[in-house]
Amino acid sequence: MTRQGRLAAWAVGLAALVALPFVYRDPYHLHILVLILIWSFAYTSWSMMGRFGLVSLGHGGFMGIGAYVTALLWNHLGWSPWIGIPISMVAAGALALIVGYPCFRFRITGHYFVLVTLALSGIVLQVITATRDYTGGSLGYTPNRASGNKLLALQFDDKTTWYLIALGVWLFGIVVWHWVDRSMSRYALEAISEDEDAAAAAGVDVTAEKLKITLLSALMTALAGAIYCQYQMFITPDTVSGIAVSLQMVFAAIVGGLFVSLGPTFGAVITILLAETLRIGFGTKAVGWDNLVYGVLLVLFIIFLPKGILGSVLDRLKPQRKGPRAHEQEAVQIARPGA
Amino acid sequence: MQAFLDIFDIYLLEAVINGILLGGVLALLALGLNLIFGVIDVTWICYAELVMIGMYAMYFIVQYYGLSYFIAAPFTILLVAILGAALHYLVIAPLLTAPPINQLLATGGVLFVLQSFATVAFGIDFRNLGIRLPVLAFGDMNFSYARLLSFLAALVGMVAVYLFMTRTFTGTAIRAISQDRQIMALMGVDTKRMYLITSALGGALAGLAACLLVLQYDVHPFVGLSFGPITFLICVLGGLGNFIGGFIAAFVFAEIISLGGLFSDLEWGYVLAFAFFIVMMFIRPAGLLARRR
Repeated sequence: MTRQGRLAAWAVGLAALVALPFVYRDPYHLHILVLILIWSFAYTSWSMMGRFGLVSLGHGGFMGIGAYVTALLWNHLGWSPWIGIPISMVAAGALALIVGYPCFRFRITGHYFVLVTLALSGIVLQVITATRDYTGGSLGYTPNRASGNKLLALQFDDKTTWYLIALGVWLFGIVVWHWVDRSMSRYALEAISEDEDAAAAAGVDVTAEKLKITLLSALMTALAGAIYCQYQMFITPDTVSGIAVSLQMVFAAIVGGLFVSLGPTFGAVITILLAETLRIGFGTKAVGWDNLVYGVLLVLFIIFLPKGILGSVLDRLKPQRKGPRAHEQEAVQIARPGA
Repeated sequence: MQAFLDIFDIYLLEAVINGILLGGVLALLALGLNLIFGVIDVTWICYAELVMIGMYAMYFIVQYYGLSYFIAAPFTILLVAILGAALHYLVIAPLLTAPPINQLLATGGVLFVLQSFATVAFGIDFRNLGIRLPVLAFGDMNFSYARLLSFLAALVGMVAVYLFMTRTFTGTAIRAISQDRQIMALMGVDTKRMYLITSALGGALAGLAACLLVLQYDVHPFVGLSFGPITFLICVLGGLGNFIGGFIAAFVFAEIISLGGLFSDLEWGYVLAFAFFIVMMFIRPAGLLARRR
């Protein structure tokens, strides 16, 4: 597909998505779409790091901070989410830097990085549970209903508004993904994920590059948490924070495809539709079945299809991908004769 | 004795001793995981879920079939050992050459499977064995008999593993593999078989831990999440694959949780332990006992 063709496809798709709630108004289906969009955004945020081999199980923590800080500021101090969301994002970003800097500085990679981030999401979960006087602990927390201006409180009753907000946020995530994909950082990070020492020797500032992408990813995940909280108006430590949420992000991103921009979105569509179908089809009998299917799929995918559904399909669709590679090789030859 | 007890806060002492008892069980949990990591170089994220399945097995054998606790325990250990071997055969073996992250994530998938299998099969009710062991009173301090028993059983289990690893041919081969994966195959050791044995052994340790934990805690499908993360952190803190480091780290963690719980809520004990872990990762990234390279 040519560049113009692709842009046109995006534009048509987007126009259809924007027009959808004005044509089709079934509240339940819109609700599912909003959830898909919000979670897609969260999964995309995770995959920004995940695609470079920085597998974090701490994103449940960032999401929890986004949701809880926004809600707590609103309920206790009466600060509008318009202020609360940036504050919560800054909080999550600060945490990401505090944990990320030493991690990257001291070369904590692979298993060790996964386990440090696991501890991080454990901490956030336990702090939320421990401060139950303020956060309601594991019983969950509800932001107060706004008495005055709905816009100021970022609380809307109709699904259409939320659909458009979620669509905007999701689109923002995709745009950021593409922005990173085109930047120099992407090449630096890919080099780092292949061989950290070689990348450092080639002049890549390993710590700084990793920190940048971690910060970006954490900020976006916190935003996803805050939006989720504003939409659902009810959060519990288990739905927005902790290890289960982190694993859920990893799972959806991998099933959809970690290395393509719409992969995490595709993962969200599959996982949420699967959960909803099972819930409607089997009712309360289906408790647990969705996760059972997820788990089996996750294992099968990692063994047989590590690029995910969308990634593998796209690979099949364009075998002529070799073309640009050869071209790049030539460019290298010209730049470095004899290499 | 009384004078000694007067100097120390009695609750403090009680917390310290309870911490040591808790440390025994944590050390046992960490031992199985360390074994797997040291030999196969894989992290079983679903390790605590194997323990959970073992706890359910104990519950059903004792409550449903009415067998005694001590007959049920060997069955449970055997069952979880088979599960461990199956996990290796079905999930880890096809991924041995894949990036380590993929192995870790695949066992994350198994975590989902086991958890939701338990939810589907057993429901989300909390169940307990119905065995109430007496509480030991010592001075003004109270210790649960179950904890003491677990501590002792954990020690026995660890000594048994130590003897197995040092005194038998298989154990020696396992230790050799953990030192050099490639060469051992050339020395005529069947690596695949050793991996299976190690996985079964790791599973058996999880089963033993299950037998002990079921005495103290109610079992439900998500019980693994309450001690799973702590177990990983202990292994990492001790240095993945380092048995003695894991042993020491287990007691350090148990004391932090126990003492933190004394001064505030139990959750803050966990927060402290997690924070301690993160700080330690920066000071000694390769574990408590790592030699400086």
